[in-house]
Amino acid sequence: MEFFVISLLNGLSYGLLLFMLSSGLTLIFSMMGVLNFAHTSFYMLGAYLAYSISGVIGFWPALVIAPLLVALIGALFEKYSLRKVHKFGHVPELLVTFGLSYVILEVVQLVWGRATVPYGLPPQLQGPLFTLFGTQFPKSRSFIMLTALLMLLAVWLLLTRTRIGLVIQAALTHPETVESLGHNVPRVFMLVFGGGSALAALAGVIGGNTYVTEPAMAGAVGSIVFVVVVVGGMGSLAGAFLASLLIGVLQTFAVSIDQSLASGLQAVGVPVGPQTFGHELLDLSVAQVAPILPYLLLVLMLIFRPRGLLGKREN
Amino acid sequence: MKLALKLVAASLMVAAATGAYAQKGETVKIAMIEGLSGPFANVGQNQLRTWQLVAEHFSGAKNPAGVKFEIVGMDSKSSPQEALNLLKSAADQGFRYVTQGNGSNVAVPLADAVAKHNERNPGKEIVYMNYAAVDPAVTNEKCTFSHFRYDADTSMKMAALTAFMKDQPKISKVYLINQNYSHGQQVAKFFKEGLARNRPDAKIVGDDLHPLGQVKDFAPYVAKIKQSGADAIVTGNWGQDMTLLIKALNDSGLKVPIFAYYAGVSGTPTALAAGGDLEVYQIAYNHSNYSGEVRQIVDAYKKKFNDDMYTFSIYNAIVLLGEAMAKAKSTDPMKVASAMEGLSFKGFNGDSQIRKTDHQMQQGLWISKWQKVDAKNNYSVENTGFTFAPVKYLEPYIASTPTSCDMKRPAP
Repeated sequence: MEFFVISLLNGLSYGLLLFMLSSGLTLIFSMMGVLNFAHTSFYMLGAYLAYSISGVIGFWPALVIAPLLVALIGALFEKYSLRKVHKFGHVPELLVTFGLSYVILEVVQLVWGRATVPYGLPPQLQGPLFTLFGTQFPKSRSFIMLTALLMLLAVWLLLTRTRIGLVIQAALTHPETVESLGHNVPRVFMLVFGGGSALAALAGVIGGNTYVTEPAMAGAVGSIVFVVVVVGGMGSLAGAFLASLLIGVLQTFAVSIDQSLASGLQAVGVPVGPQTFGHELLDLSVAQVAPILPYLLLVLMLIFRPRGLLGKREN
Repeated sequence: MKLALKLVAASLMVAAATGAYAQKGETVKIAMIEGLSGPFANVGQNQLRTWQLVAEHFSGAKNPAGVKFEIVGMDSKSSPQEALNLLKSAADQGFRYVTQGNGSNVAVPLADAVAKHNERNPGKEIVYMNYAAVDPAVTNEKCTFSHFRYDADTSMKMAALTAFMKDQPKISKVYLINQNYSHGQQVAKFFKEGLARNRPDAKIVGDDLHPLGQVKDFAPYVAKIKQSGADAIVTGNWGQDMTLLIKALNDSGLKVPIFAYYAGVSGTPTALAAGGDLEVYQIAYNHSNYSGEVRQIVDAYKKKFNDDMYTFSIYNAIVLLGEAMAKAKSTDPMKVASAMEGLSFKGFNGDSQIRKTDHQMQQGLWISKWQKVDAKNNYSVENTGFTFAPVKYLEPYIASTPTSCDMKRPAP
């Protein structure tokens, strides 16, 4: 029971971190149709900027300023680069964001160096929030969970309950109509891209000091955010939320299972030994393959339900 | 023309007069083939600077052979294929000494390629100085004459660690958590062997292997460790896998001492200092608080680069090279290699020796503990105010492990 509760809590908090990382990506994809490869680079940039800013004026102002700066960078990139290649189709768009991810990585290494930077938690977030069965639950993780939930709420409210949100949604499906009604559609896209980048940066500000701020941090989360977005359904915010929690809980519980296919077969009476064909594969425990499970889920999802959990079928 | 001839003759006579040290004044060029860009660049760059600083320190009159050492970095991007190409290009450029250390996945094919190169190019042989790759294979079934290892391999470190645990009666349940590739698997394997020998009463309560660099959140593993009731954790993790594990342990408040292989590598100390009062021990050939000549270099390194020098095996490599060249009276790699075999010298840990049978350096190992700097242990690692303070020195004979190497030597 104790282990179950702790693991569930761990799974949920990891899932919410994943959601925080991928919400900006899914927002940009659903609104603009651009698969932004540089998304996790904005995450990294957010962490590094917050590290520098918090050294001067503290963590809490950095929590606001760093995402705004990254939003500005994202918006400028959209205006001066992405918009120019938009007319050439999806592949050039993909490539230009791919190139951007390399540029950001190199710039970060030039400015802050290749080593880990000492970006620590502010005193208010240090230590445990509560203790459950003798295991502490840290404040920093709770803060991540809270931020992720607020993020979901804010983005959902913005898109469905505000005027600008309605314009954004309309611009997605009927850009010409929206434009002829007098709205500046390119500027809407610029705002969306900037906003998505800011969400990534916000995740970086909080994730950077909860985990580690180093040049490899973008690459480390790069693949998993795409899994979240695809499993959740391309462009579906609620889908990304569900997928994040699913992956978080699945992976956390898988770690605790030491059984393997071999021991499973033995339990039902099939003799399995080192001589059995494919023993190396059968002998892998579930715990060992746990971090790979999200990718397995991705493949299965693409085979059996290509539009993802809550994705709308593409026309 | 005549003047030139006279000059040559004169210099020859001077050279003859200075005696038998034909190698004196020669420049020994060493190619360092290492990942100098990419994910592990910070470690590679740090070590390139270590090589260069140590080489500069020991050049000329500071080494018994009187030679000058020169280090040239070549970027393998941590790829075995790239490293083999660079070996060819180093050979073409006339390098007779190469060095590499980060990653046994590179070291194993590189050792093999150097041996093949030497077979095919008599008179142009190369010596491969391995300063960090710890796969026991290269000094056992895959040992070659041209390969020398200055780090202690995994079997040695685990023998020393389990010998240390003999005197730690409160450790009775050990949890192993390692990266799922050759290094992590070997740590687990040799630790279990050593524990069965030194502490048959102690139990292994968990043995986890996780994919290399794929785990973002170690909290589930920490929950599992707590569930198992372990009173010690042993891990060979490095880089992000190490720092994230430490962070997760600190977050959960689980106070179990952790015995680590790579706690001092770039970035990890900063993460260690950032939170918690976890008991962290390191098993390595060094700690942070030496005195004497090696400390001079460490301090010079800090001053020059504002970074820590932690790859001390490079110090031994250069000292040994100078000694061997003086003994061989030559810089010819094959003569120097023969001279290095069985050679005893004063390393940073005192008496050390290259074992003749497998070219594995025999040296003492340290258990050190992560703690705040004090008067006695005053070297601040990564300017954190913390340091690895020596706890126990394990003599070379304790760390020594047998080898299955059956080396083919060149005909004398």
